[in-house]
Amino acid sequence: MFKDLSRRRFLAGSTAAAGALALGGRTALGADPLKVGFVYVGPVGDFGWTHGHDLGRKAIEKEFGDKVKTTFVENVAEGPDAERVIRQLASSGNKLIFTTSFGFMNQTVKVAKQFPDVMFEHATGFKTAKNLSVYNARFYEGRAVIGTIAGHMTKTGKFGYIASFPIPEVVMGINAFILAARKVRPDAEIKVVWVNSWYDPGKEADATKALIDQGCDVITQHTDSPAPIQTAGSRGVLCFGQASDMTTFAPEQHATAILDVWGPYYVERVKAVLDGTWQTSNVWQGFKEGMVEMAPYNKNLPGEVVEAAESVRKGIIAGTLHPFTGPINDQSGAEKIPAGQTIPDGDLLGMDWYVEGVSA
Amino acid sequence: MTFDAVSLVLLTVISAATPLLFAALGELVVEKSGVLNLGVEGMMIVGAVAAFAVASGTGSGSLGVAAGAVAGAALAFIFGVLTLTLAANQVATGLALTIFGLGLSSLIGAGYVGIPVPPLAKLAVPGISDLPLVGPLLFGHDALVYLSIVAVIAVAWFLKKSRAGMILRAVGESDISAHSIGYDVIAVRYRAVLFGGAMAGLGGAFLSLSYTPLWAEGMTAGRGWIALALVVFASWRPWRLLAGAYLFGGVTIAQLYTQSAGGLGIPAQVMSMLPYLATILVLTIIAAGPWKGRLNAPACLGKPFRPST
Amino acid sequence: MSPKAPLFKIEPRREVSRGLLYATPLLAVALTVVAGFFIFLAMGYDPFLALYHFFVSPLLTVYGWSELMVKGAPLIMIGVGLAVGFRANVWNIGAEGQLTMGAVAGGAVALAFWGEETALTLPLMCLAGIAGGMAYAAIPAFLKTRFGVNEILTSLMLTYVATLFLSTLVYGPLKDPLGFNFPQSRMFGDAALLPILAGGTRLHLGTFIALAIAVAGWVLMTFTIVGFQVRVLGQAPQAARFAGFSGPRLVWLVLLLSGGLAGLAGLFEVAGPIGQLVPQISPGYGFTAIIVAFLGRLHPLGIILSGLLMALSYIGGETAQVEVGLPQAVTGVFQGLLLFFLLASDFLVRYRLRLRGAVAVQPQAAE
Repeated sequence: MFKDLSRRRFLAGSTAAAGALALGGRTALGADPLKVGFVYVGPVGDFGWTHGHDLGRKAIEKEFGDKVKTTFVENVAEGPDAERVIRQLASSGNKLIFTTSFGFMNQTVKVAKQFPDVMFEHATGFKTAKNLSVYNARFYEGRAVIGTIAGHMTKTGKFGYIASFPIPEVVMGINAFILAARKVRPDAEIKVVWVNSWYDPGKEADATKALIDQGCDVITQHTDSPAPIQTAGSRGVLCFGQASDMTTFAPEQHATAILDVWGPYYVERVKAVLDGTWQTSNVWQGFKEGMVEMAPYNKNLPGEVVEAAESVRKGIIAGTLHPFTGPINDQSGAEKIPAGQTIPDGDLLGMDWYVEGVSA
Repeated sequence: MTFDAVSLVLLTVISAATPLLFAALGELVVEKSGVLNLGVEGMMIVGAVAAFAVASGTGSGSLGVAAGAVAGAALAFIFGVLTLTLAANQVATGLALTIFGLGLSSLIGAGYVGIPVPPLAKLAVPGISDLPLVGPLLFGHDALVYLSIVAVIAVAWFLKKSRAGMILRAVGESDISAHSIGYDVIAVRYRAVLFGGAMAGLGGAFLSLSYTPLWAEGMTAGRGWIALALVVFASWRPWRLLAGAYLFGGVTIAQLYTQSAGGLGIPAQVMSMLPYLATILVLTIIAAGPWKGRLNAPACLGKPFRPST
Repeated sequence: MSPKAPLFKIEPRREVSRGLLYATPLLAVALTVVAGFFIFLAMGYDPFLALYHFFVSPLLTVYGWSELMVKGAPLIMIGVGLAVGFRANVWNIGAEGQLTMGAVAGGAVALAFWGEETALTLPLMCLAGIAGGMAYAAIPAFLKTRFGVNEILTSLMLTYVATLFLSTLVYGPLKDPLGFNFPQSRMFGDAALLPILAGGTRLHLGTFIALAIAVAGWVLMTFTIVGFQVRVLGQAPQAARFAGFSGPRLVWLVLLLSGGLAGLAGLFEVAGPIGQLVPQISPGYGFTAIIVAFLGRLHPLGIILSGLLMALSYIGGETAQVEVGLPQAVTGVFQGLLLFFLLASDFLVRYRLRLRGAVAVQPQAAE
């Protein structure tokens, strides 16, 4: 209770174009390593969101060895504390700072103004500056893949979704999942339980039980703990991991997981600073760039289901498939997006309505 | 809902209530002895991590449970030294204990993130466990669930009937008189505090070995605080505590089931408020009702005692 | 464990030792430093560097001191209010919820005037913040005085409700219409923000008001009849009744006072360093303030010191994470130790060791 893990993540917006200002020529001259700082909203041991970013940090250390020195501050509350921590990192010589939660946005913007020589990277926000980039992952692409698997595997046609808070990213994920599932199983529906927390293993487990008891035979989640996987596994119900490969928690039922892979992007940005080519950017990357990946498929999945899942993934990479392609109806059944059209990124970012088949 | 569905819901309620029951029952005994330990959350989480570490290291769930109890008691010992021997303020020490426990648990638990342990064995009685409704409700839990119920009975008996229990209550009601007729107030309170820590540790062990058999930082998620509130809710009576823990668990679970059944068009946040509001409401009814449940708080609760002879 | 040392015995001091009153916190910090030294060493961190960043480096800059004030101010304000209640044996554990409701009420005023702020907006926000906190503390006060419901339970439970209420608002009616449907309000207009007192820092007007409130709290408790009544009620409820003080009236008074101060502290957070309504206003100030109140020995001026020390332990923990790479878990353990030593050191102020055979004192409960 001392630390509410309420966290807001937000997808990179379309508000700011890349600033395109090269900040070259100030790096990697002497033996001094480049200092890179990270601000985490949760503990590195959450096995979810923050854990994923910390793997990215370790990827930097592995790639650059002595040339970099990384520092992180974990469990930073969104609010006044964040500004002080970011500032502290900047003034102690970190030249590149990643702030990894939406709730750090305004604080990062403020500190970036005060430290024009330091480069900032803010995850899931939408405000950029000369020395502030934003980045995020298209997790909804992964949701389309697991939705496809769910559509094939379900008997009851009911899916359970354990959700944190109704922010656009979560809404988008629910919609992507059911849209993909309904392509396979047109009468499928999804039941959503909001646990009002990113992280409460007990409550997530209880919500999972409630959903299974209501006849859901596929469980997926947008919260951070592996508890739903474990519970679904013990009930013999198919499930999907969140952020990390959670196979160990349900070896037979864990179909696959949507992985957050920040490492390659982090390595790329560090390299840009070392080379003096860093510039403001605003990226929203998915399967194609490797920021989102699927964990290995469970051996229990039938071959044709894996094939169908892979064809969705490959279609997204090839650009031939967009998970949000019309016709899309809203919850009332009215057509919202006509056939053939896709929802533009800008609208996805602020998505606050549910598609047909969602009961939330 | 069918019989089966009802029993499934009740099963979920039982597991949600059990950790609360353990921790609250321990705290009830502590408070009966006149000591207020607000560090339940800290003792619970250290119990959870210790149980998990030992269970995953040795492969034995029972050793894990024991380790949880010992770890909770160890933390309670620190509390005892500060508040009983050194007469430090109990409220502040309890809160500090929570900060300390949360830090210590994540330090110990760093190596255990992302690995599962086999859940505690369930008690199954062939034939009876398969009966509809009663079968799964009465059987098929792990030993800790039964232990929590047994503990309620034992504590109720202890406080009401046993000599040691009467001394404990005397110490909580009037430490000075208990002292003057020759009871060692501090020793009694130490035992109560250690028991409270062990019970909080058991609650934590239940979380990390049975409820969700995994370790995750901060996994108690505020349950220690709920346990504290439940003691007050129960007006320091073990049976009422049992009812309170199941009521609270029941309302929490009910709102999740209502949501998953399609909800009632009520915002999820409002649904989540229900367990807290229901607790306040029930307590108000108890306090205001014609039977006038006497508040029953131990008279010396929270006051330090220092014998000087 | 047993208090019966063979040669010495422990007895209460008749008079609190002035010298020790000031010396013991220093002793506690010294002990913490020693303990920390070995812990950091055992964990493979440079102990000198870690301790330096914990206790010293945050105090070396003006900015560092300003941050100490920014972090300490809400703790001091809430702590002063709670201390008055604790002295009267009224256990308001729900300051966190009252803080949230104060922020909601004051923030709603800021948003209602958004784009049309006047000089009156900020004072109005402050009043709304106080009213919000008071109104929320009125619930436990009412339930306690009318039905005899324990305020520990009600105030704690209401904290959870307040957080969820705030969440309902920022996900709904108070959501920024241009904020991509994200759960946060508009940024407040400049006239709805607390003035900054020193350029380049976040030192806002609220920090000084917090200090003023602590002084006012001291005056209230020391020189007024109300303060006297509160103390009597806490120490000798029977005597209070004989003297004709109204118990329920004082319960209302101290709960409204602590709730109002918590509400104002919440408003200062949203009108100060945060600048908008977000789903989480406080990182647990309402709970930490309970520790602060006791570390300050329930004395408003002591609370200023304990609030700043507590703030230092948080900021020092952050600094040590940044500069030495100390994991947050270690800073939590270290902070716990600091509190343990501080609490334990009180013992020396109130008791002394005496050779056996000296004057016997009747057994008594301390305080």
